[in-house]
Amino acid sequence: MTATEIEPRADWRSRLPDGPAASTWLREHGVYVALLLLVLYNVVATANFVTLDTLQLLFSQLPPVIIVSLGMALVIGTGGVDLSVGTTMAIASAVLAKMVIAPSQGGFGASITVAMIAAVLAGLAVGVFNGVVIAVARVQPIVATLGVLVAGRGIALVITGGALIELFVPFFKEVRLGKLFGVPYVMIVAGVLALIISFLVRRSAFGYRLLAIGGNRRASVLAGLPVKRTLITVYALSGTLAAVAGVIATARLRASDPSYIGVLFELSAITAVVVGGTALTGGRVRILGTVAGAVLIQLLETTLVSHNAPDSVARIVEALIIIAAVWIQRTSRRNR
Amino acid sequence: MTTTAGPPVLAVTSAGKRFAGVTALEDVSIDLYAGSVHALVGENGAGKSTLIKVITGVHPLDTGQVRLRGEEVSFASPRAAQQAGIATIYQEVHLAPQLSVARNFFLGREPTRFGSLDLRRMNREAQAELEKYGILADVRRPLAELGLGVQQMVAIARAVSADASVVIMDEPTSSLEPREVDRLLDVVALLKSQGVAIVYVSHRLDEVFRACDMITVLRDGRLVSTGPTAELTRRQLIARMLGRDAGELSEGNLTRLNSRREVADAEPVLRAEHLNRRLVLEDVSVVVRPGEVVGLAGLLGSGRSETVKALFGALPLDSGAVEVAGRPLRRQTPASRIRERVAMLPEDRKAEGIIPGMSIRDNIGLAALPQLTRGGLVSRKKVDDIVQTFMKRLRIKATNSNQKVSELSGGNQQKVLLARLLCLNPRVLLLDEPTRGIDVGAKAEVQALITELAEKGMAVVLISSELEEVVEGSDTVVVLRDGAQLGQLVGSDISEDTIMDMIAEAASDEAPAVAS
Repeated sequence: MTATEIEPRADWRSRLPDGPAASTWLREHGVYVALLLLVLYNVVATANFVTLDTLQLLFSQLPPVIIVSLGMALVIGTGGVDLSVGTTMAIASAVLAKMVIAPSQGGFGASITVAMIAAVLAGLAVGVFNGVVIAVARVQPIVATLGVLVAGRGIALVITGGALIELFVPFFKEVRLGKLFGVPYVMIVAGVLALIISFLVRRSAFGYRLLAIGGNRRASVLAGLPVKRTLITVYALSGTLAAVAGVIATARLRASDPSYIGVLFELSAITAVVVGGTALTGGRVRILGTVAGAVLIQLLETTLVSHNAPDSVARIVEALIIIAAVWIQRTSRRNR
Repeated sequence: MTTTAGPPVLAVTSAGKRFAGVTALEDVSIDLYAGSVHALVGENGAGKSTLIKVITGVHPLDTGQVRLRGEEVSFASPRAAQQAGIATIYQEVHLAPQLSVARNFFLGREPTRFGSLDLRRMNREAQAELEKYGILADVRRPLAELGLGVQQMVAIARAVSADASVVIMDEPTSSLEPREVDRLLDVVALLKSQGVAIVYVSHRLDEVFRACDMITVLRDGRLVSTGPTAELTRRQLIARMLGRDAGELSEGNLTRLNSRREVADAEPVLRAEHLNRRLVLEDVSVVVRPGEVVGLAGLLGSGRSETVKALFGALPLDSGAVEVAGRPLRRQTPASRIRERVAMLPEDRKAEGIIPGMSIRDNIGLAALPQLTRGGLVSRKKVDDIVQTFMKRLRIKATNSNQKVSELSGGNQQKVLLARLLCLNPRVLLLDEPTRGIDVGAKAEVQALITELAEKGMAVVLISSELEEVVEGSDTVVVLRDGAQLGQLVGSDISEDTIMDMIAEAASDEAPAVAS
């Protein structure tokens, strides 16, 4: 046998024996790197970025995206997708308005507490509906939730009577401006929800089942897991969280506008989840990554706005980020 | 083209490959000659797949070289290897099942006429080519309508007609019926006579001895031996694959043979009667007592897997009753069976068993989750305890319990699934092909485990496509054909001959099944 010489080959892959490992790293940590780069870019290139105002603005915009993304992360973890979150926000907002306005204006004149509970229950109902259609009737998630995406805004418009309803609720000022140790209440709510969801994913039997179903549904059925119940719960959570986000968005807007609230939120949420390292194919959920992804998306929009780029550009960049993230997921799964 | 002798068509010299610091292949050399069938054998994890992958351009080599007709080659992709005349046939058929047989045959090199597909020519030529391999199917029908074996042969015919001089077959027979295996081996002989160099990877040693001229044994990524088949006995080969003393092996076999027990006339723990499902099952009844192993014998498609699925509640029934410990079960769902401590090992480990993205630990704990949970939270300690117990008991080889199950060999994955079932402390264990696709060592361990569990009073239903395994391991054998029960054999009546006679007799009663 001749002496083996280790010569470098023309094939680039041979010089990157840890190619898959590198892209696995990128999949898990890419979102933090991207976020860091974007912050650095802003510090250098955006006027007045390093001010408390910018941070405050970001903090006030972030909670709805984060909260919706948390639910989306669970749904995507099961290998599904929830396209209805944006319209669910609109429905919750419409229900809130309908409950809170005076009977003379066609409402119920309920207290804000009751109205908020009703709004969240409406989101829960939408989620349960999605879950039943998907788990029991076995309609593909993308189709089932697309139906709600299409019909939902119409439902919201019917509830509000087709118009924007301005809301004068003192409590909304609290929601907008209230702070604890300088942190807005809504940000604390988003943070606590993120912690709860993260805990559920890591430690609860529910989280365990969700990941198993996303990893291999057939095997989960044969292992005796309550697959239907788990899926319905996941979509119910997604709907509920979307409704909470809808309430916050309504408070920020001081109005319920079914044709504005939650528009394209499904896209932002999916981006946040996928960029954060959750597998689109299911079976792996990253909650911290999802939160970072949501911050990334929001900061990106803020950046583009402050550089006077039109909103449509933000959508294009968002789409590119999704493609890049999915591509990274694919490369890190190769050779497995 | 020359036949035998001469310089090798393909020569691999001191191939080495490491993955993330783990040696997958070290200093392995193999020469392939025209018109010669070369068997590649070894336990799971021996390096067979890696060797194939470095030849076909899936992975680049770290050290060593591959020469095709004397010239050094390094394929950038499987496609490049294919274009150079190296075709690979995998155990799963990598074709488009919804397209017609003819279109699959020409996939990627379709003849065109005026810029559109020349379907008539495709059909005509595909039909003629496939006939050479004894495939008489209607080439206009979708590939999916053919049996797996025929699909496999279409894949082979396709590869060879694309001018392959080297054909690598990776466990081509693992999902074929005996009859189909015969036909496949005929095709192998045909290719051989045409001067093709063939690599034949298989767990089935009789096929290796029947069809192969040379045998190369790999173990732990290293070459153990390579030489003519005629110079090896079966015993020697097994010993080389396992790296064990041949004597020890035979001893193990003898103990198992003598371990047939008398089953007490205990009350049945599982009783299923008159199970019916249109076109699938016809009046099948199975009764299992504690400590009894009931084997289900029959060919592929005889309804043996469906019977087990029906027992487990995973197959909807038109009629029939299933009782566990005297209690009728109304709900036909797997979850309801698991609550009654009836557990099933599914036939398709990958599609129905493991959760590939999860760790060994999480895979083991899956079915017993309710017992490992308090107030909705999974108890880490309980899971760790049970996982450690079963990893030790079943000798699951892994770096630690947090390793991903998809990184394990087939045998160890199977043990993980068995551990998942045993966590439930089952009363009835339904095992569908527990030893399929796992190496000889793990196979013996699994067989021993089944015997041990039965001796401790567990009721077992066993399916195996290896008749020998059913005959040796069962106290009672239910023989099935076309979804119907042909009869039941007990104790000393059980033998391979009797079972085959029963199946053959039933077959002659009716028109022979259409051989596609």
